[in-house]
Amino acid sequence: MASSTKSNAKSRSQSSKPSRNGDSAPLLNKDLPSTVDHLDLFKMMYLIRQFEIACGENYSKGLIRGFLHLYIGQEATGVGAVSGLREDDYIVSHYRDHGHALARGMDVNRVMAELFGRATGTSKGKGGSMHLFDVAKRFMGGHAIVAGQLPLAAGLALAQQYQKTDALTMCFFGDGSTNQGVYHETLNLAAIWKLPLLFFLENNMYGMGSSIERVRAGGIDFYPGIATYGIPALEVDGMDVLAVKEATDVAVGKIRNGEGPQFIEAKTFRFVGHSLADGQKYRGQEEVKEWEGRDPVLTFPAKLIEMGVVTDKEIARIKTEVDETVAKSVDFAEQSPEPDLSQIYNDVMV
Amino acid sequence: MPEILFREALKRGLQEALENDPRVFMMGEDIGEYGGAYAVTDGFLEKFGPERIKDTPISEQAFVGAGIGAAAAGLRPIVEFMSISFSLVAFDQIVNMAANLRYMSGGQINVPMVIRAPTGAGVQLGATHSQSFETWLAEVPGIKVVCPSNPYDALGLIRSAIKDDNPVIVAEPALLYGDKGNVPDEYYEIELGKADVSRSGTDITLVSYGYGMRPVNSAADSLEERGHSVETIDLRSLNPLDIETVLTSIQKTNRVVLVDSARRTGGVMAEVAAELQQRASEWLDGPIMRVGSIDVPWPYNRGLEREVLTDAGDVLAAAAEGYGM
Repeated sequence: MASSTKSNAKSRSQSSKPSRNGDSAPLLNKDLPSTVDHLDLFKMMYLIRQFEIACGENYSKGLIRGFLHLYIGQEATGVGAVSGLREDDYIVSHYRDHGHALARGMDVNRVMAELFGRATGTSKGKGGSMHLFDVAKRFMGGHAIVAGQLPLAAGLALAQQYQKTDALTMCFFGDGSTNQGVYHETLNLAAIWKLPLLFFLENNMYGMGSSIERVRAGGIDFYPGIATYGIPALEVDGMDVLAVKEATDVAVGKIRNGEGPQFIEAKTFRFVGHSLADGQKYRGQEEVKEWEGRDPVLTFPAKLIEMGVVTDKEIARIKTEVDETVAKSVDFAEQSPEPDLSQIYNDVMV
Repeated sequence: MPEILFREALKRGLQEALENDPRVFMMGEDIGEYGGAYAVTDGFLEKFGPERIKDTPISEQAFVGAGIGAAAAGLRPIVEFMSISFSLVAFDQIVNMAANLRYMSGGQINVPMVIRAPTGAGVQLGATHSQSFETWLAEVPGIKVVCPSNPYDALGLIRSAIKDDNPVIVAEPALLYGDKGNVPDEYYEIELGKADVSRSGTDITLVSYGYGMRPVNSAADSLEERGHSVETIDLRSLNPLDIETVLTSIQKTNRVVLVDSARRTGGVMAEVAAELQQRASEWLDGPIMRVGSIDVPWPYNRGLEREVLTDAGDVLAAAAEGYGM
């Protein structure tokens, strides 16, 4: 796992076999488990992909403003992870939060409306792309200070522990977060207090334009050398939705079993720039193409068809259905009213 | 009325909340086994146990953030900084997270958390332990900031702060923990955002808060000895700021000295002065006088520190300069 050059992307991705705590035996069985609803997983990944494409289009039209960070390429990670949670679990996300929000079942129309800044948005147009919230779904944001969401997640987990429930908190963060001091503070705190917290590192290998190998002592491969303060960690192929789900199930099971915080590193890749303002001068298109060859939105349904789990027709039907859902969300957002200016002073204080 | 210490008043308010509301718990550095740097939480660990009196690592960002998360999940955490200067380490969590969460979630999330922090100079702790960052925090929409000047207010304000559904910073002047004052046994609260006319008079208004009330009270005594009738106003709350009470007073006295024990530039009194300039100039017989500590890093040496810190002489000099009193 010591390789660290850009041209080595393919071998890196192939080397991301799930393993745990330095144990070389594969943790995860790649046979398709029959209990998982594969079509649901595909549908959600496809929804996120199409939603993000629609976001990009509407950003170009000027209907979405501010910073827009798309989740294109990372769908298998978010969908696999969130599919392993219960309704009473909390999710905390970072600024690339659309995928997590949709995977959690947040209303597609209202999320799109939030990006359009409309009154019908999830935060009534006051949050924007980086600040999606749905407390009813226990989706606790959308946070845009890198690593700032980690202690919030620790506090949610602390409340779950204090209230003596077996619910847990899943906290997503990127590779860039791990160089913030608060990352280390929070892991230590979670470890000493045995919080029911699942640290979920989405390692897409770039913090904006900085390759993680340029800015991190230890390079691209976090696992197994990453400082987790004794928190059990495992690595998973973030382009494989079933592997992510299975890894999540294992970690979630341990947390519910009272074993304290767990840590998952998913190796993944965004196929697009950091934001819509990113010309991607910092990386070669060859690397992007290599990863696109592993696109979960293409490879997963192909695999399902090949194994006879679903038919072409079923996949096509789902795509049509999702395309309509996304188109309707854009219509909904566009037709929604702007927030009334009288709303400026609301929601500051209780 | 029984006399108790400032720290005992705070302790009483915290203890009541812990006894009456199972959602209330405390976090901070050395608040448990050690008993708190200023002994406010002495004995709490034995009484309430480690789940509710949580000693934290020296990780201000993490434990303030954890307080915010716990509050967002429905608990009512009380978080203690050992010094308000340490709040700088956690400013991201206080400002970006605690203050903004409600607004950027469109009102979905409340953060009913109290952050307590000793503030201010005067005990020879040097530059990094003597600052008064309640002045910075008071600018941020989404959090309330209060600062008591006596045991009665300390108890009334901490009670209201804990009951409030918003994040509330309680800045506790470090020089006042040992001060005595009358505190009734009967239950009372003090509404957040209301200034107190602590002395009634007709010739001049002296405005301050927290430790600044000590030089104000001393200067008021001197002015009264010289035959002037002095009104003193203790702001008690910096956000919300009760300008109306100050305006009402000035309409009567026509003279004002604003007194900050924090550094003079950019302090709370700069904001008060700007409001008064706009809304009360027609009532004033002279300039809005403003007094504050000298704009330097806090020195350690006793003589130097005393010179930097606002005192009664500074207040009297301002009254003389502005109004010939």
